[in-house]
Amino acid sequence: MIEGILIGLTTALTFQNIFMVMIGCFFGTIIGMLPGLGPMTAIALMIPITYGFDPATGLILMAGVYYGAVFGGSTSSILLNAPGVPGTVATSFDGYPMAQQGKAGKALAIAAWSSFAGGTLSAIYLLFMAPSLSKVSLSFRSPDYFALMILGLTAIAAFSSKGQFLKAMMMVVLGLMLASVGQDSLSDITRFTFNNMNLTDGISFVLVVMATFAMSEALTIILKRNDPTAAAKQVSLTELGSIKINKEERTKMYKTIPRSSVIGFLIGVLPGAGATIASFLAYGMERNLVKDEEKQKFGKGSINGLSAPETANNAACSGSFVPMLTLGIPGSGTTAVMLGALLGFGIQPGPRLYMTNPEIFWSVIMSMYVGMVILLILNLPLIPYIARILAVPKNYLIPLILFFSITGIYVMSFNNFDIYLMIGIAVVATFLRLYDFPMPPLILAFVLGGLMEENLRRSLLLSNGSWEFLWDRTLTVCILATTILIVLWHIYKTLTKKKLN
Amino acid sequence: MKINTTKIISLLFFIFSAFYLYTAYQIQVFAFDENAPFNARTFPIYLGYTGLFFSGLKLILPDPDTIKVEHKNLEYKKTAILIIIAIIYGATILKIGYFLTTSLFLFVSYYFLGERRWILMFVLSFPFVAAFMYLLHGVLDIYLRDPFLKSIGVMG
Repeated sequence: MIEGILIGLTTALTFQNIFMVMIGCFFGTIIGMLPGLGPMTAIALMIPITYGFDPATGLILMAGVYYGAVFGGSTSSILLNAPGVPGTVATSFDGYPMAQQGKAGKALAIAAWSSFAGGTLSAIYLLFMAPSLSKVSLSFRSPDYFALMILGLTAIAAFSSKGQFLKAMMMVVLGLMLASVGQDSLSDITRFTFNNMNLTDGISFVLVVMATFAMSEALTIILKRNDPTAAAKQVSLTELGSIKINKEERTKMYKTIPRSSVIGFLIGVLPGAGATIASFLAYGMERNLVKDEEKQKFGKGSINGLSAPETANNAACSGSFVPMLTLGIPGSGTTAVMLGALLGFGIQPGPRLYMTNPEIFWSVIMSMYVGMVILLILNLPLIPYIARILAVPKNYLIPLILFFSITGIYVMSFNNFDIYLMIGIAVVATFLRLYDFPMPPLILAFVLGGLMEENLRRSLLLSNGSWEFLWDRTLTVCILATTILIVLWHIYKTLTKKKLN
Repeated sequence: MKINTTKIISLLFFIFSAFYLYTAYQIQVFAFDENAPFNARTFPIYLGYTGLFFSGLKLILPDPDTIKVEHKNLEYKKTAILIIIAIIYGATILKIGYFLTTSLFLFVSYYFLGERRWILMFVLSFPFVAAFMYLLHGVLDIYLRDPFLKSIGVMG
């Protein structure tokens, strides 16, 4: 492991890679701050650029963007009460009241330090957990992988759907259907191409991500421009107050950060759960653990209430790398985008990545430390300036997002058809978003579609066409039982909610 | 009578799944693969049925959390104009070239979104695209096809 850490450090600390982390953090912070745009959009916009680099550098750049975007989301949560990403919704509960009390600078500093601490602690957990899980996952066979993919898709549908599980499952199926377009990987038979040569190689992953996130986000922002419910309440973006944290406040954070980082990391590791659930759980747990006097301050500008979700959401970001790097199964929509990018580089994440490409495996883990440090160094002193980016008029922002999306596809294929297809998918996605059909399950399904079919093919061929492979191995049964538990829990939750209503 | 749009979307998805399933059954497989445990049409067939199952459930189950969209607050006109501009941009980018079409796309989009600060609009279109092109083409060595710049001898 020491050797691996050294390989990772050597790769992560090259001038080029440090520069990439800096660029990634900066770019991610700006995109993440803009309400409606999250890490997935930021990473999607970066993918065409990463193809100009080697895989390790490309992934390091994307990791920087990821952390930057999560921190950026906190900034808009605190200053505008308009979370850039769902993972920072809980941050606004106490961050925005602090900003209204004239303590915006302090709230942003607490968020920055908590993010840093949460991210660093979880990177340490990741350092020790990832290699062991890699070894365990070597025993996984095709039926286990197939079951694990069903678990991942069901979990993301259950957790990301805001109670609309069926809608999320429809998006999962749509993602798998889109992934099935093009040549069959084994027999080379074309499917669903309708004799259109442009579809023979299937639909590009970057196209789907750009269309469903970057482009449809931009269209949604324009569409809802005059929606009074979407209008942000203003806090002064020029007078943020001091960013110094006093001793009493630090003491409160010392207690909150370790426990929130553990819960954040563990939730992040679970497929589909991610930063949103982690931050809400950490907020709830913190509220239960503090003294009654502090409990009264929750929702009115509590230090613990701000620090807990910020620590947890960053810890969950690191946690979500565990299943992606060790099993090749993304833990969140964002890591699904990263998985797609890795596949584009010709790298198959999974247990063997640890052995075949140790420099990528370790450099990603080590670059997380570097990313955290750079994020803090960059963002803490720049808080007053970064806050002004929120004032960028949408008249400029929207065309620029559309331009980056279309350029991303143009430089990859030089094909008009791809641009039309992207616009078509973006229009459909925008319409679906209006009615709360979630997009992360679609992306995860699109990325996993090919792998899922491949593992189902192997499993069915090995068992001579019988579905017995689903209960032949204990591991497969355990994974499927977890899937059933998630579905049952979801049904129970929905029924309880209905009763309460 | 108010129509629940979510149900209409579910119905459309149901029809789409039925069409997908029909097309899946039409996939031509090799004769020796016809009775194999798994062939090119197996997975799509399962997907088609799964699509029918979930959209069917959404159709028949009651929907207490109906999403209400206030259409009068939505900017359909501007969104449609932006989509049309993007389609025109996509149609002309290969023939005219990256620089001119992208710069015009940005300039026209700013205008239709209500911007009237001409100097800023110009700076954030023509010089901005030139700088971006230099970054992609000159620094990152990503090829950008541009017949217009080629014809006037700016690009090799």
